[in-house]
Amino acid sequence: MGFLTGLFWFVVVIIASMAAGWIFRAAAVGISPRGVAKELKTAPLTASFGMLMILIYIVVAVFAPLIAPFSETAIVGREYQPWDSVHLLGTDNLGRDMLSRLIYAARNTVGIAFVTTALAFGVGSILGLLAATVGGWLDQILSRTVDVLMAIPALIFALLLLTIFGTSVINMILVIALIDSTRVFRLARAVAMNIVVMDYVEAAKLRGEGLWRLITREILPNAMAPLVAEFGLRFCFVFLTISALSFLGLGMQPPTADWGSMVKDNATLISFGDITPLLPAGAIALLTVSVNFVVDWQLQRASGLKE
Amino acid sequence: MSHIWIMIAQRLALGVMTLFIVSLVIFLGTELLPGDFAQEILGQSATPETVAALRDRLGLNDPMHIRYINWLSDVVRGDLGVSLANGQSVSDLIGRRLGNTLSLALYAAAIAVPLSIMLGILAALFRNSFFDRFANASALTSISFPEFFVAYILIFFLAGAGGVFPSMANFRGDPTLAEFLYRAFLPAFTLTLVVTAHMMRMTRAAIINLLASPYIEMARLKGMNPMRIIVKHALPNALAPIINVVALNLAYLITGVVVVEVVFVYPGLGQLMVDSVAARDMPVVQGVALVFAGAYVLLNLTADVLATLSNPRLVHRR
Repeated sequence: MGFLTGLFWFVVVIIASMAAGWIFRAAAVGISPRGVAKELKTAPLTASFGMLMILIYIVVAVFAPLIAPFSETAIVGREYQPWDSVHLLGTDNLGRDMLSRLIYAARNTVGIAFVTTALAFGVGSILGLLAATVGGWLDQILSRTVDVLMAIPALIFALLLLTIFGTSVINMILVIALIDSTRVFRLARAVAMNIVVMDYVEAAKLRGEGLWRLITREILPNAMAPLVAEFGLRFCFVFLTISALSFLGLGMQPPTADWGSMVKDNATLISFGDITPLLPAGAIALLTVSVNFVVDWQLQRASGLKE
Repeated sequence: MSHIWIMIAQRLALGVMTLFIVSLVIFLGTELLPGDFAQEILGQSATPETVAALRDRLGLNDPMHIRYINWLSDVVRGDLGVSLANGQSVSDLIGRRLGNTLSLALYAAAIAVPLSIMLGILAALFRNSFFDRFANASALTSISFPEFFVAYILIFFLAGAGGVFPSMANFRGDPTLAEFLYRAFLPAFTLTLVVTAHMMRMTRAAIINLLASPYIEMARLKGMNPMRIIVKHALPNALAPIINVVALNLAYLITGVVVVEVVFVYPGLGQLMVDSVAARDMPVVQGVALVFAGAYVLLNLTADVLATLSNPRLVHRR
C-alpha cells in the first residue's frame, strides 16, 4: 500500500510541475516582446518548468530577508522541534528556524556557486580562446598545464588544495574556480580551433585586426552557443561540488546557512523517519535538475537536433 | 602484433610521466604550506632548539630538489612518511583502508556496469518509446542529484524505521563475504545509482549512432530480428566509446566514494582523506591523493588499451 501511495504522489507531483511549466510558458509568451515570445513557444514543458524554478530561486535569494520569518542565525526554540504553525519546518540541531535557514541558504549557496562559475568561466574561456588564436608555444604551455591539472580527479585535487591553503570560503571559491576553469579551457579551445581556420578570420587578420578585437568580434560570437550551454552545465557541477564540500564540513563555515552543511547537521533525523534533512538536499537537486532541463533544450536548439 | 605492444609501452610511459608530474604537484603542495613543517609537528609550545633538531632530522634544511628526490624515492619504496595527527605510518593507514575502498568500488561496478549496458541496449532497441523516454528523463535527473541526497533517500526508505539494511557500514574485524555484501549494500547501491545514468545514456547514444549506417540497414532488410542486429552487429562497433565511458565512470566511482563513505561511516580511504583535510594532516592527504591519482591514471590507461584492442583495424594495422 505504501508503494502505491508513493507512486500516486509521484504522479501528482509530475503532473503539477508540468502544469506549472505550461502556465508559466503561456504567461511568459504573453508578456514578452514578439521575438522572445517566438523562441519561448518552442520550449518543451520540462524546460519551461526549469525556467520557472530558476526564477523562483532567484526571487527567493534576492528577497531572502523579506521572506524569511526568522533571522538566519538566531536560536528561536528547542533543538529538533517538529513542524508546527510557528516554525513551519521545525527547528534544526541548535534550535534555529529551519525554513528561514533554507531561504537564506538559497542566497549563500547559489550566490557563491554563481560567483565561482563566473570566475572559472572568465579565466577558462579567455585563456582557451587566446590559446586557440595565438597558437604555438602559448598554446603548448597552457594545454600541457591543463592536461596535468586534469590528470588528478577533481574532488581529490580540491581536497588537496584545501589542505594546503586551509578551509575558508574564499579559498574554496578560488580552488574550485581553478579546477573547473581547466574544463572550460578545453571546451573553449576546441570550439575556437574550428573557427580560427575559417576564411573570414583569415580575412580579418589580413585586415590587420588586433588580437583582442579578433577574439571578441570575430571568434567569440560564433563560439557563444556551446559556451552558454557549458555555463549551465558548469554551474551544476560547481554547485554540486560546493555542496559536497560543505557537506563534508570543508566548505562554508558554521553560522552561515548552507544547504550542504544543513543536511550534514540534521542527518540523524533521517533514521527516525523524519524527512526534514532531505529538504535542503532536495533544494540542491531541484535547482540542478531545472538548470539541466533548460540547458538540454538550449543544446537541442543550438544543434538543430531533432531525434 | 608488435605495434600493439609498442602502443601499450607508449601509453604506459605516458602514464608514468603523468604520475611523476602529479607527484611533483603534490610535493610542491607541502612547500606552499604556510608555516614551518617542523613547527606544525611539534606544536606551539616547542622550543626553538627542538624545532631546529627536527628540521635537521627531517632534512628540511636541504635544498628543494634534493628533498623532492628523497621524498620520491621513499614513496617508490612504499614509505609515505608519518601522520602529523597520530604519528602512525601513512602506508599502514592507507594499507588498512585501501582494501575496503577497492571492494566497495568493485561491488558497485559489478552491479552498475552490466545493468547500465543492458539498459542502454534496451533503450536503443525501444528508442522513442515510453521506456526510452522514462529512462532518459530519470538519467538526466539522477545526474543532477548530489550523492548524499541519493544516499539519504535510500537510508530513509531502506534503513531506519522498519528498514531492511543497516544505515552504517562500519564493520569490525574481518566480515564474511555475505556479511560484507549485506552491510555494504546501501553504499554500493548509492554509487550504482550515481554512475548508471551516464553509462546508460552513452551506451544508447553509441549504438543509435551506428543504426543509420548502411550495413545495419542491410541486416534489417535481410529480416534479422532487431535484438540480434544490435547485439551482433552494432555492439562490437560501439565497444570503444562504451569502454571509455565505463572507465570514466569507474574513475568517478573513486572520487564519488569520498562523499558516500562519509555518509555511511564506511572505513575507507575517502573517510581518511576528509578527516585528514580537516586536521590539515599533510602527509596523509598526500599519500591518499597519490593513491587516488594512481588509480585514476591506471584506469584511463586500461580504457585506452582496451578500446584499441576492441577495434581489429587498429590491432592488425598494415
